[in-house]
Amino acid sequence: MKQTIKVRLWRWTIISIVAFYILVPLYAMFDFSTKPFGFADKGRTFRAWQMIGEQQNLFLAVTRSLITAAIVMALILFLVVPTAIWVHLKLPLLRRPFELLCLLPLAIPAIVIVVGIAPLYRWISINLSESPITLAGVYSMLILPYTYRSLSAALDVVDVHTLAEAATTLGATISRVIFGIIMPTIKTGIINGSFIAIALVLGEFTISNILNFKTFQVVIAQIGRSNGNVAVAVSLASLLFVVFLLLIIPTKKRQGAVLDVDLA
Amino acid sequence: MKSSAYVQLVDLVKYFGNVKALDGLSLDIAEGELVALLGPSGCGKTTALRALAGLQELDRGQMIVDGKDVTFQKASNRGMGMVFQAYSLFPHMTARENVEYGLKLRAHKTAGAKRKARSAELLELVGLSTHANHYPYQLSGGQQQRVALARAIAISPKVLLLDEPLSALDAKVRTQLREEIRRIQVELGTTTLFVTHDQEEALGIADRVGVMCNGQLEQIAAPAELYDRPKTAFVAEFVGLTNPIAGKVSGGSIEILGGVVKTLSGSISSGAGIALVRPESIDVVASKSGNATIFSASFLGATCRLSISMRDGSRVTAQLPSHDAVGLGTGVSVNVSLLDIAVFVKAAG
Repeated sequence: MKQTIKVRLWRWTIISIVAFYILVPLYAMFDFSTKPFGFADKGRTFRAWQMIGEQQNLFLAVTRSLITAAIVMALILFLVVPTAIWVHLKLPLLRRPFELLCLLPLAIPAIVIVVGIAPLYRWISINLSESPITLAGVYSMLILPYTYRSLSAALDVVDVHTLAEAATTLGATISRVIFGIIMPTIKTGIINGSFIAIALVLGEFTISNILNFKTFQVVIAQIGRSNGNVAVAVSLASLLFVVFLLLIIPTKKRQGAVLDVDLA
Repeated sequence: MKSSAYVQLVDLVKYFGNVKALDGLSLDIAEGELVALLGPSGCGKTTALRALAGLQELDRGQMIVDGKDVTFQKASNRGMGMVFQAYSLFPHMTARENVEYGLKLRAHKTAGAKRKARSAELLELVGLSTHANHYPYQLSGGQQQRVALARAIAISPKVLLLDEPLSALDAKVRTQLREEIRRIQVELGTTTLFVTHDQEEALGIADRVGVMCNGQLEQIAAPAELYDRPKTAFVAEFVGLTNPIAGKVSGGSIEILGGVVKTLSGSISSGAGIALVRPESIDVVASKSGNATIFSASFLGATCRLSISMRDGSRVTAQLPSHDAVGLGTGVSVNVSLLDIAVFVKAAG
């Protein structure tokens, strides 16, 4: 019994420290966003929060960033995940080189990447589209280190070879094996990798700013230059929105849901 | 069981680098027959089974199933049911969904209601009808392998392939499931190839057992024949226990332990040889002035295994009914049972 109380006390101490570490900055943001910033303001004010609705650029930027995130998600699901599975199943000798390739974006500074891709995006802007959604291309490369690691870890704990062989002997084609058997099996790894990717896409600033695309983070930075309180209110709101997304998405998944398509 | 070959493996050769995993393996299996491939690790038995499943490409050879050459057919089109050594149930599907999976892939042929009825019937056959909605993580190892068996036979496979399906299970479950596999196989009449390194398993359920060594089939025969009449020293030594006893061979018999015993075909025909004698072929009689001493005894239930030290320093193992072993002192007389036995004799040295 004594042991239980001690363990419980230890557990709550750790939870309290972590909660303090996370919640204090959030409270500080909330505190700053409700401070008076105009001559007419007295005491606490929610004017900064009310002004979020007046930022037309912001909503356009949020929409663009969400569309970009959705495109990146689709690329993860239909390109990165099947490729990672294919490498694990059929090309085990390429696992290390592939992993190294996926880690490269982490090793190259963002500014170097921008310098490298700037001519490409100039061409894209002139010939294809000026939309910031085209950033999905470079983002899908930037998310590789995080997504691939997450997928690789999930694939390592499952005997994908036996599962694939079992499905094959039952008559499954390779696309059914990948989309119908392996992907639902490593669902947690895919969800984790996707969340990291979304967080990265919604939070990326350097590349979009230098390439002069008006994404969510760039617009927040612009608002911050004219009104710090509104910028902090927007940041806090976006943070709460992402937390809300993270909380609701896992409850939407259905146990045993099968993404069973045949692309062969 | 029909006498003609339903499955024919002809001169299968497979290299892994410089290692020859299959070295001209040829094997015929009759329709409805259960053949077990037995052998030590690395002898090529699993490679042969995987080749038949279509999961392993061959360097040479031909495989014919039901009169059709399947050598170059894709695994997904071969219609083989396979149970793996590792647990292979799809973790995101229930037991019922797992069993239905193969049928679902043949959706145009198997309607939903028919599929459900078939999966229910098979889960009942393997004794798991109450676990239909359980996920693999909610099932024990033995239950998972039963569901895997139901899943493999759901598609009415041409050949059922069992790749050491019992090796991950504990002894009691292994024996139970082994008997269930045999019961189901006989009930459905499915032609089956069973790969194992456990001779008790192979001898216990197979119609015929093939012993493999270095990618070749050393001997294939009914379990009793394989045990009593091995054709090579490897088979004699690998299947069951043997006592290597030195003696002199002449005229189709060998002189050992003071008696003369007939030799099996394939044995050496003359000169000094080593007879491979089964423990149960050795008679032990209590005798204070005998030629041997018992130094340990293992009680195995119905039988008792005795480790005996001979006067010349050599050691032999004898196995006799437990009630005969009671009352034996340490001093004993050891002879070879002369009642209708023959032993395999390999060259000495």
